[in-house]
Amino acid sequence: MQDSKKKVLLVDDDIDLLYQNSILLKQNGFEVITAENQKQAEELIKSIKPDIVVTDLMMEELDAGFTLAHHIKQVDDNIPIIIVTGVAQETGMRFFSGTEEEKGWTKADTILSKPIRFEQLLQEIKKLLAID
Amino acid sequence: MSTLKVLIVDDEKGMREGMSRALQNYTMKLQDIDEEITFRTEFAENGDEAIIKYRAYNPDILLLDYKLPDITGLEILEKLETNEETTLTIMVTAYASLETAVSAIRAGAFDFLAKPFTPQELRNTVSKAAQSLILARQVKKLSEERKQVRFQFISVLGHELKSPLSAIDGYLNMMKESILGSNLESYKDIIARCLVRTDQMKKLIVDLLEMTKIESGNRDREIISVNLTEIANMSVENVLPDATKRNINIQIHTKEPVIILADPIEMEIILNNLVSNAVKYNRENGKVDIILDKDQQYIRIIVKDTGIGMTEEETKKLFKEFVRIKNSKTKDILGSGLGLSTIKKIAQLYNGDVNVVSEPDVGSTFTVLLKSENINTSN
Repeated sequence: MQDSKKKVLLVDDDIDLLYQNSILLKQNGFEVITAENQKQAEELIKSIKPDIVVTDLMMEELDAGFTLAHHIKQVDDNIPIIIVTGVAQETGMRFFSGTEEEKGWTKADTILSKPIRFEQLLQEIKKLLAID
Repeated sequence: MSTLKVLIVDDEKGMREGMSRALQNYTMKLQDIDEEITFRTEFAENGDEAIIKYRAYNPDILLLDYKLPDITGLEILEKLETNEETTLTIMVTAYASLETAVSAIRAGAFDFLAKPFTPQELRNTVSKAAQSLILARQVKKLSEERKQVRFQFISVLGHELKSPLSAIDGYLNMMKESILGSNLESYKDIIARCLVRTDQMKKLIVDLLEMTKIESGNRDREIISVNLTEIANMSVENVLPDATKRNINIQIHTKEPVIILADPIEMEIILNNLVSNAVKYNRENGKVDIILDKDQQYIRIIVKDTGIGMTEEETKKLFKEFVRIKNSKTKDILGSGLGLSTIKKIAQLYNGDVNVVSEPDVGSTFTVLLKSENINTSN
């Protein structure tokens, strides 16, 4: 692990999930900033540069996560983004298999389906940040 | 306006053209659903052509000559296996015997037209078929829509029930792993959040059961004379501990006791929901005014708060099931998103309605209107 802590921006409208993941991430050596919706996250992005963003998909709007990802990539194309969604679980819909074409379309580097274990999230974050 | 496709099968050219003319210049009005219907025609002159055209053209109405050179109308009907939902067949024949009529209907024809007939007779018979077809489609569409609404409701309900469970599950796992050490004190916040989420779930289930009772119509309604002022007093009593804690002043304004012929439980649901919302979404040191009012026609229940209010856009979706206005101001307020939709359902039982006027950061005023006579007791 590097000397300086990596900064994670967590976005979710369920404050309990925010709380849980931020405690767990902090214990794993990350600095955590949280936002409860897309707007707040976009506001934060103006002043804080996170190393990675983990966002829920459905918040104030059904596709808030996609819109947010788009916005963040416009601000800085190098920030990796993980979208976490319950869509697949609730509707049986699958729309992401990780091809380059889909990455371009969704602007997310990884899409994870809920329910998701913290270890899995941690692993994905480490992978995108190239941490062992 | 919609256009129905008619396939005319007859071996006589003059017959085909005559029938087509009679239908092409004809517009029929369906009064029940306020719709105009016109007809577009297509032809076939023998059995083989009829079958090919039928499959290519998918007609709504099939005008089928009973006697064709190569085949009978009955045999065509059997081959086509027409489906009454998509196509209605009118058998046309020169041999107007009861026997042919019966066998045609038995083979799946909707009606029967005997040659010779006038253009008006043709139009009447076709109109009858068109009407039957369109009404059946309308009914089907409605029941499909209702089914969709139900599916949607269940899927949202599933989501609403699952999210508190996963939150609690997450916290329990953190405790199991002793994430915050071995001192129970460190878990105080986590335990408090678990309790908030279980409370939320309990409220959701109670509201859901309440709504289902109202909606199913299975509950035995008891229409008696109810003192609304008393019920309002009880609702205030319920929220008093919470209101006092946040120094919210609640007042009931009524000139005289307002009596209504109604089901007392339904009136309790209305007042409990409105009053508890007015406190929940209020600010500290705020005010709640409950105004009960009755004239010849209507009973008005008005609940006014000085709370966080809503934008006009938000008020528009407020009375739908599971709609909760989600923003930083409401995040710690418990609600199921069912209370207001239940109020609307009850108001409709009394030929009334509910509406809201609101302004962000100023407050909201909810008005429930119930008709004081003509109370609908059948449901």
